[in-house]
Amino acid sequence: MTDTANQGTTVKQEIDARGSACPGPLMELIRGIKAAGVGDAVAVLSSDPGSNKDIPDWVDKIGYELVANEDLGAYHRFVVRKTK
Amino acid sequence: MKDKLNIIVMNGTVDKLLAMATIVSGAVAMGKDVTLFVTFWGLMAFRKGAWQDPAQQKLPAEYQEYAPMMQQAMQTMGVNPWMQTLRTAKELGNVTVYSCSMTQDLFGLKMGDLEDVVDGEKGVAGFIAESQDAEVLVF
Repeated sequence: MTDTANQGTTVKQEIDARGSACPGPLMELIRGIKAAGVGDAVAVLSSDPGSNKDIPDWVDKIGYELVANEDLGAYHRFVVRKTK
Repeated sequence: MKDKLNIIVMNGTVDKLLAMATIVSGAVAMGKDVTLFVTFWGLMAFRKGAWQDPAQQKLPAEYQEYAPMMQQAMQTMGVNPWMQTLRTAKELGNVTVYSCSMTQDLFGLKMGDLEDVVDGEKGVAGFIAESQDAEVLVF
């Protein structure tokens, strides 16, 4: 499942938040990002359809980088880089 | 957009508490500081263990018929209990929870009777003073 969009990005942590409803996946991602170092990328798996709006909106507001948003059918995989 | 969101939590029904905790999470995610002022029936729901006790979980009477369906849907969707969602938000952001001192007196509640997510008690004037530069919601 690694992905052309992620070229050059090492994912430090992959969080499986599938089966968790809003706001679970976003909050788990924030927890992971808080613990990550600047430059690190964190991935989160979410089966909550709301994440597809919420996570990009959050990344946009905070000013990090959404490296990938992969539609894997039953769930999405978001890769976010902590840029600052 | 102001960077402080203050919420008066007056209702003690699970639907409103769940919505409140979810909105607190969203506010924390977007970098806001959140202060809750928990009063009346809201404070009853913050008594130790109330959120886990089915007998103390209320729904508004007019939506009572939906209760079994909601419970089922929430289980299937993996919706966390509202107190857990609130705790996560508090862990990850700047959330301060005050109980209303007047309500505490009214119901004879001591700090030790309340969930430890409550940081302290405050009077209404103190809360209003803190809300000067905040958006305020009533729940």
